[in-house]
Amino acid sequence: MSVLVIAEHDNSQLFPSTLNTVAAASKINSEVDVLVAGSDCGDIAAQCAKIAGVGKVLCADAPTYANEITENTAALVKAHVSNYSHVLAPASTFGKALIPYTAALCDVQAISDISEVVSEDTFVRPIYAGNALQTVQSSDSVKMITVRTTAFELADAESGSAEVITVEDFGATDWVQFVDQNLSQSERPELTSAKVVVSGGRGMQNGDNFAMLEKLADNLGGAVGASRAAVDAGFVPNDYQVGQTGKVVAPDLYLAVGISGAIQHLAGMKDSKVIVAINNDEEAPIFQVSDYGWNEDLFVAVPALQAELESN
Amino acid sequence: MKILVPVKRVIDANIRVRVKADNTGVETANVKMAMNPFCEIAVEEALRLKEAGNAEEVIVVCVGPEKSAETIRTGLAMGADRGVHVATDERLEPLVIAKILKVVAEKEGTDLVILGKQSIDDDNNQTGQMLAAIMGRPLGSYISKIESSDGGFAITREIDAGLESLKITSPAVVTADLRLNEPRYASLPNIMKAKKKPIEVMSPEDLGVEVKNRTNVVRVDEPPAREAGIMVSSASELVDKLKNEAKVI
Ligand SMILES: Cc1cc2nc3c(=O)[nH]c(=O)nc-3n(C[C@H](O)[C@H](O)[C@H](O)COP(=O)(O)OP(=O)(O)OC[C@H]3O[C@@H](n4cnc5c(N)ncnc54)[C@H](O)[C@@H]3O)c2cc1C
Ligand SMILES: Cc1cc2nc3c(=O)[nH]c(=O)nc-3n(C[C@H](O)[C@H](O)[C@H](O)COP(=O)(O)OP(=O)(O)OC[C@H]3O[C@@H](n4cnc5c(N)ncnc54)[C@H](O)[C@@H]3O)c2cc1C
Repeated sequence: MSVLVIAEHDNSQLFPSTLNTVAAASKINSEVDVLVAGSDCGDIAAQCAKIAGVGKVLCADAPTYANEITENTAALVKAHVSNYSHVLAPASTFGKALIPYTAALCDVQAISDISEVVSEDTFVRPIYAGNALQTVQSSDSVKMITVRTTAFELADAESGSAEVITVEDFGATDWVQFVDQNLSQSERPELTSAKVVVSGGRGMQNGDNFAMLEKLADNLGGAVGASRAAVDAGFVPNDYQVGQTGKVVAPDLYLAVGISGAIQHLAGMKDSKVIVAINNDEEAPIFQVSDYGWNEDLFVAVPALQAELESN
Repeated sequence: MKILVPVKRVIDANIRVRVKADNTGVETANVKMAMNPFCEIAVEEALRLKEAGNAEEVIVVCVGPEKSAETIRTGLAMGADRGVHVATDERLEPLVIAKILKVVAEKEGTDLVILGKQSIDDDNNQTGQMLAAIMGRPLGSYISKIESSDGGFAITREIDAGLESLKITSPAVVTADLRLNEPRYASLPNIMKAKKKPIEVMSPEDLGVEVKNRTNVVRVDEPPAREAGIMVSSASELVDKLKNEAKVI
């Protein structure tokens, strides 16, 4: 039986996390279908049809799925589950809510945040903020899984030619009413898929000082992230948080500015290819995981770095 | 309104865990334990709802071995009214925990269950979602705000793209994110008072829940270590390294 991947999108854009999840699915079985639940999501389904390795795209296009109400999407997934051996979604807030909910509806024990496929029933997942890797084997007849997207490559988004099949709307719950969303607007790349991430911590002192990091990020074509301390202090919104309980990132370059390097923060960025830390405390634990450390006051170092990049 | 708060006992967030030499798990012997930080946030929110006159009783429940009673006491010292300890030495999966919590919630007739969004040990981030699904109650995951509204709840959720507001009906199941509140410390008099608060002990069997796991931990490994690199002392040196050595810019 084949693998079903739940696409993540906002009805106008397909998120790259879907491509990582298809790549993970392809390691389980070569037959992969994608489910698109949305409203006016025909373009998204068409894009999914072009992902390499996808056999069929199931498209549920209805107002029911305009917003990601877990209950509604779960009922839809449950209705299709008997055709599949595995159901995968990205380990984003979308997938992390959906998969365990759907799994419980189907009396299945979900497997969270896998970073490796060992075999069709055995997976590796980080536990304890990434301080241990657990290999877990499932005996459920259907495996329901969220995928740590940074651990898998992006499936090719252009070479596929799957057929798109329209599937039925399974109806909306009366329990949950969508009110509104307050989303961070940014021209910068999305944090979890950016090639460069510039993050600030408590050392930034206030939100205005993040403008320095934004400038740096723009120069490098990157995104801006933050530690929990910076989010808690209100310097930046919650969606900037990198870490065990925030977002997991693994860019080519991660620049940590005024961040001490607590294990909960490292959990979200230690798989980055190159880590640079700027910190005025030479004992800061972040230096122990950095490829390049610069023991300097950030208010000196960041403007100097900006000037150097501009002059290059 | 009655609020149930499931709390979990975990290795303290400040401890650096070590994988056991035989690769069966992590070292837990003689390691400092604490209430899961997200559960502290959940207890705090329940207490605030009670203090604001929106709830009459806050019950904390923990599924786990004998020592879990300490975690329940922590909740009682924060201000919860009473405890339920579902005692078991078995390793239980979130689905089994959710089945146990369902029976407890139904027995207690709770209107609201507030869980942590995630345990910082197993990092599953599943139990609340599963509980909502099997109880057939609306789910509010990753909440940073909750208010009683029109007989239900108005909630704000922390999602990857920002914040989302929903209205959900009551009874409901919600999971607490970091910014919901800052939990209080238990005062000494409250710690003393908590010793007299009742904790009811029962087993999963008493609740009619079959303890049957679907997953098996094959092994637990140390992650690959990252080595410290070099220190630089100027912007030009750093840019040079990033360009010519690491080749990332
Ligand atoms: C349950 C739980 C979950 C958590 N989840 C997360 C998470 O997902 N993500 C996360 O990041 N944290 C998380 N944390 C918090 C984590 O433990 C740390 O408290 C947090 O990461 C610290 O943030 P920070 O490094 O910005 O602040 P601090 O630890 O205060 O570090 C600030 C650093 O800035 C440096 N600095 C100050 N001024 C300057 C200057 N002028 N120039 C240069 N350097 C300067 C200091 O030397 C220091 O190293 C979690 C904690 C718990 C308990
Ligand atoms: C593969 C695997 C291996 C395990 N190994 C061990 C082990 O070696 N030793 C051991 O003691 N346990 C073990 N367990 C059980 C485990 O510790 C958890 O209690 C259970 O799996 C819930 O997962 P979680 O804590 O990550 O849940 P999450 O879904 O991350 O927890 C979210 C919230 O659910 C609630 N919650 C979770 N667990 C409990 C609980 N027990 N009581 C009350 N509320 C709770 C809390 O509000 C918590 O904040 C294992 C479980 C699995 C799946």
